[in-house]
Amino acid sequence: MKRRVTLVSTLAGIAMFFLIWLVCAAVLNKPILPSPFVVVPLFFSSIFGELGLHFMASAARVTAAIMLATVTAAPLGMILGQSPRIDRLVEPLIAIVYPIPKIIFLPVIYVLLGITDFSKVFLISIIIFFQILVVVRDEALSLRKELIVSVKSLGAGRRALFRYVYLPASLPAVLTALRVSAGTAIAVLFIAEQSLTEYGLGYYIVVETYQVLMYPEMYTGIMGMGLLGVGLYFLIYSIELRVSKHLFAGG
Amino acid sequence: MIELDRLTYRYRDGEDLFKDFCLTIGKGEAWTIIGPSGCGKTTLLSLLAGMIAPVAGQVVIGGDVITRARPRTGLVLQDHGLLPWATVRQNTELGLKIRAYYGPDGTHSPQDMEQDKGKLTARVDYWLDWLGILHLQAKYPVELSRGQRQRAAIARSLVLDPDLLLLDEPFSALDAPIREDLQKVMNRFHQESGLTSVTVTHDIEEAVVMGEKVLVLTNSENREPLIVDNPVSGSVDRRNDPGFMNQCGRLRALLANGNGASPEVTQP
Repeated sequence: MKRRVTLVSTLAGIAMFFLIWLVCAAVLNKPILPSPFVVVPLFFSSIFGELGLHFMASAARVTAAIMLATVTAAPLGMILGQSPRIDRLVEPLIAIVYPIPKIIFLPVIYVLLGITDFSKVFLISIIIFFQILVVVRDEALSLRKELIVSVKSLGAGRRALFRYVYLPASLPAVLTALRVSAGTAIAVLFIAEQSLTEYGLGYYIVVETYQVLMYPEMYTGIMGMGLLGVGLYFLIYSIELRVSKHLFAGG
Repeated sequence: MIELDRLTYRYRDGEDLFKDFCLTIGKGEAWTIIGPSGCGKTTLLSLLAGMIAPVAGQVVIGGDVITRARPRTGLVLQDHGLLPWATVRQNTELGLKIRAYYGPDGTHSPQDMEQDKGKLTARVDYWLDWLGILHLQAKYPVELSRGQRQRAAIARSLVLDPDLLLLDEPFSALDAPIREDLQKVMNRFHQESGLTSVTVTHDIEEAVVMGEKVLVLTNSENREPLIVDNPVSGSVDRRNDPGFMNQCGRLRALLANGNGASPEVTQP
């Protein structure tokens, strides 16, 4: 059974975060770490301006990457999970590629796909791709034989098994993989956006603010990126709560 | 109803579990299959369910040679096989949804399957109520006791209106009081419906309670069926009657002998 995140625990987490920030800013007392009382009002005044455009660019890239990774990795994972023979064939490749930090492919992707938005999206999507591929495959492989036999006895052939067993069985795993890899995806986005673009929070934080010593503005960018991560996490979590009710039942 | 015609089956690289095995099960009869571990009880049930194919010979049910799972055969396993992500009601409706998905194709669903949604909903309600789990219909399997899960698995089979019910050690993982309770439920069901049923069990008492006829399998190659007529079946409450205990003793002796040589045994 999964532990449910409550509104109270979320608010408590936010309060603790800002409290620690406030104390650190007061103790350090330097321009490099402004107080949240400076940054938060500045964030809300600029989010509807240029910062908002950077935020939208980053959000669009990460959303596109998630969608691209999901629609390619989930069906492939289900196929591998249903066909142990194909899985055995592909497993060595996955085992080698899975742990490689995909960010190192950034220059290769730029060379092959050009310096475009798509190349950034593609880089993030291959990170999420392997996370989803592995969990969906493992989830499909872990389905008990008895479950498959009993559903087959109700008349299910391959198509109905896919629709009524493999798909719903994999969905919670897909969402958990997405939620867990959202942080990594945004970290890679941050690196990928630092150059060769005009919009994106990574560019805003490093090029437009940090390099010209605009520290409060830099922190608004960091806040934006943090909010993007937290927002994505809770959006996926809320979908998980809807579609994976059985994992939260009985608590 | 069921004809096993010179059935032969062995697992890859294994010895024959069944060799030219013939058996007839009449319509409306309740059979139990008992035998030691590895004797082929579950294998025989899987052959009847069309989940595996014989090496030679054939399984004929209702005049049709079985080559795959048959739409009118219900199967209940020891491991209930409920979908963990679906509620009791959704699990109970699963077979109906699969039938609707394929339509009345005669392969995955009977050609004369009921398609009226109102009637099907009423049928789901009826069996959930009959099995005493209607009030649990919104619960997930993880929230149920083992006995309740098994009731849901039985409901899922019965809503499909089967003409043959196969049960593979359905109550062996349950505590004794719950097991006896479900044996009573299934006996009542058999008396009311007259449905043909075959139950695999390793429990001698269960074999006597649930089987009008008991098929005893042995660990060596099964050629001739060892069938014990069991007039004391059908009542859990008669466990302490001398007749019931005699019947249990007879089965115990047969299983201990392994070869089944006993004057009470019918060998057709």
